[in-house]
Amino acid sequence: MDFLNAIILLLNYIFVPALTYGSQLALGAIFVTLIYGILRFANFATGDMMSFGTMFTILFTWYFQSVGISLGVFPTALLAIPFAIIFMVSYMLLIDKFVFKYYRIKKSPPVQLAMVSIGVMFVTQAVVRIIIGPSDRRFFDGEKFLIRAGEFKDMTGLNEGLAIKSTQVITILVTVILVSALFWFLNKTKTGKSMRAYSDNEDLALLSGIDPKKIVMITWIIAGILATIGGALYGLDKSFKPFTYFNNMLPIFAAAIVGGIGNPFGAFLGGYVIAFSEILLTYAYKKFFMYVLPESMEPDGLVQLLSTDYKFAVSFSILVIVLLYRPSGIFKGKVL
Amino acid sequence: MRKNLNVIAAYSIMMGLIILVGIFQSWNIALSIFNLCLISAVMTMGANIQWGYAGLINFGIMGFTALGGLAAVLISVDPVQEAWRAGGFDILMCLWLIIVMVLVIRFILKNYEKSKIRTYSIAAIIIAGIIIIRVTAEPGIEAIEAVDPAKTGFLGGFGLPIIFSWIVGAFFAGGLAFVIGKVALGLRADYLAIATLLISEIVIAIIKHEDWLTRGVKNVIGLKRPAPYEVNLQQTDWFINLVEKFNSSKLNLISDLAERQAALNQFVIEGSSIFVKLCYSGLFLVVVIVLLILTQKALYSPWGRMMRAIRDNEEAANAMGKNVVKQHLLIFVLGSAIVGIAGAMLVTQDGLFTPGSYRPLRYTFLIWVMVIIGGSGNNFGAILGGFVVWFLWIEAAPIGLYLVNLTTAGLDDTHFLKVHLIESVPYFRFLMMGIGLLLIMRYRPKGILPEKIEIK
Repeated sequence: MDFLNAIILLLNYIFVPALTYGSQLALGAIFVTLIYGILRFANFATGDMMSFGTMFTILFTWYFQSVGISLGVFPTALLAIPFAIIFMVSYMLLIDKFVFKYYRIKKSPPVQLAMVSIGVMFVTQAVVRIIIGPSDRRFFDGEKFLIRAGEFKDMTGLNEGLAIKSTQVITILVTVILVSALFWFLNKTKTGKSMRAYSDNEDLALLSGIDPKKIVMITWIIAGILATIGGALYGLDKSFKPFTYFNNMLPIFAAAIVGGIGNPFGAFLGGYVIAFSEILLTYAYKKFFMYVLPESMEPDGLVQLLSTDYKFAVSFSILVIVLLYRPSGIFKGKVL
Repeated sequence: MRKNLNVIAAYSIMMGLIILVGIFQSWNIALSIFNLCLISAVMTMGANIQWGYAGLINFGIMGFTALGGLAAVLISVDPVQEAWRAGGFDILMCLWLIIVMVLVIRFILKNYEKSKIRTYSIAAIIIAGIIIIRVTAEPGIEAIEAVDPAKTGFLGGFGLPIIFSWIVGAFFAGGLAFVIGKVALGLRADYLAIATLLISEIVIAIIKHEDWLTRGVKNVIGLKRPAPYEVNLQQTDWFINLVEKFNSSKLNLISDLAERQAALNQFVIEGSSIFVKLCYSGLFLVVVIVLLILTQKALYSPWGRMMRAIRDNEEAANAMGKNVVKQHLLIFVLGSAIVGIAGAMLVTQDGLFTPGSYRPLRYTFLIWVMVIIGGSGNNFGAILGGFVVWFLWIEAAPIGLYLVNLTTAGLDDTHFLKVHLIESVPYFRFLMMGIGLLLIMRYRPKGILPEKIEIK
């Protein structure tokens, strides 16, 4: 019985939250990695682009709520996401046309493009703050829990409850569907294959008649979809605040690089690596050991490897170690 | 003279703008803008040395600034005797443990061949070391943080004049830069950018959460000043006389004695805060000028030529027998040390240390905008960038308000759009910075005052 309790405890406090957080990071990391692999620069506007997409999701959610459309037990935001994606993609294509295209044609070094993306970051941040303001917003509606802790306890008769929020389930499901669709697209369709070819070797791809304009456009469209959905899922699960989104850029970068930048599958797994290591290293295991160990051996302290204050620092340290010992990433991405 | 015309013109316009602020808003605001411009100029000089001279991207400016600020705290605050008695011994033990650990690792690295076993044993030593250090430090840290937590709760510093911290801050930042440089400088440009950005976040996390050292988010307030206090100035005779002399024409217009005294008091209060700010300006100006002379000399020395050669073609420089790795490390340390000075200056001016206020947008990306807009590789350009960008950063809100009022003049005062826009005026500064950066990158990629190298 105690053993079961211990497992439920870990599931409730480590596994489910880490899986959710990891999915959110994974979407962002694939976004970063696609831009890096195909457009060849580190996009410092990542976090703010995600908040831009989320902002539109929220605006549409509000609109739908005001006219009385809802999805019943599901959050209205799910309905709003497709509309937000349209705005997001057009914004990205506009930015590409007016900002990034010039440097791409000039074949500027990646560093210069990264600097330009800082300019885009400032502008996007300003637009988001001017339109929706800097404050914390929650836009979740519908049924909050799939299983409540209390219900679970009654059902199983265990001491530990397992609470699963519906946002967690939605996040994981949507991520799985989206990522499988993306991998299907990249591996099976002609456009996807030409994208990978372009990322592998630009000159060779051009020689074999791949249209770079089309590739770039499709990359931005996919990026827009990923950014909006990733941002909206994060906002649904936690809350929307432009500043947090800006900060999320850092673990997202960490996930992309740990997974091997330029490699979408690596980025996907990288998100979970970062999320799990953050939560595993900062969780206080006292209660877990109380269940598992006999009474005489129970620990006095919290049995916490690092205080939760260092949550971000954990993922950054992992990144720094990976960068130093295996710059191509754990999953052998290519260094472009 | 002629070839420096654009430099002189740019700087006179900048000074003119600040003077305009002084006339139209107030001299207090103008001087505080000017002081922060000077501090920003020091930061941009540091970033410019790394980026402009050597082409190294350092997105960790925030971390070095914060370390400079930490130096200001550790140098100037009086030691908290009680805390030292409570937990000082444990902390010193930890320090020894860290030194021993580093020495052991160095010993292993030097005396054993590179192998898997070596890597694993080093990892094991580090993990074991961290656990031992945690166990040793825990009671000490708890004891220290329990000492009067509302007022102190930390070890305090050395109780020296705060001005020394400017040098110590440079050493702190330089030391961190040495460590970072040793491990990360081999990375490609954009990887280096990301790595330094994340390392600076780690530094901030440590400063924020190690309360025994920095008081963390409880902030350290009331640091010593290198300048006199306003309250004391307001009671000294020579200062009151000085203010009286300055404002004699205005004071003479007032005939009533009581009223005249009240007016004088007002002038004295205003004057004292301006006088203090002027003292800071003087100190900062000295730092900026000294650094400018040094960096200019370095830029045109054989060393500067070598740095540019390395920047423009690393392989060629390497082939000519220049030690690229060593020079990169050197310049990374030097640039970061200058940023550290700026961090200490900033805390000195504010008189308080707030770890929570260090954010990458303000302390890393804004500094980069300054360098790029001003002109990388040119010290005068970098300083000008610091001035222009900081000036706009502060004055963006009034300018934005003016623009909003202008464009929505036809709308009713309570119209929701106008109210919303006026509320969001503070964020126009982001817009301005972003558009400014994009325009400069596009149409004048070398900045306002581009780098110019005379070939003789």
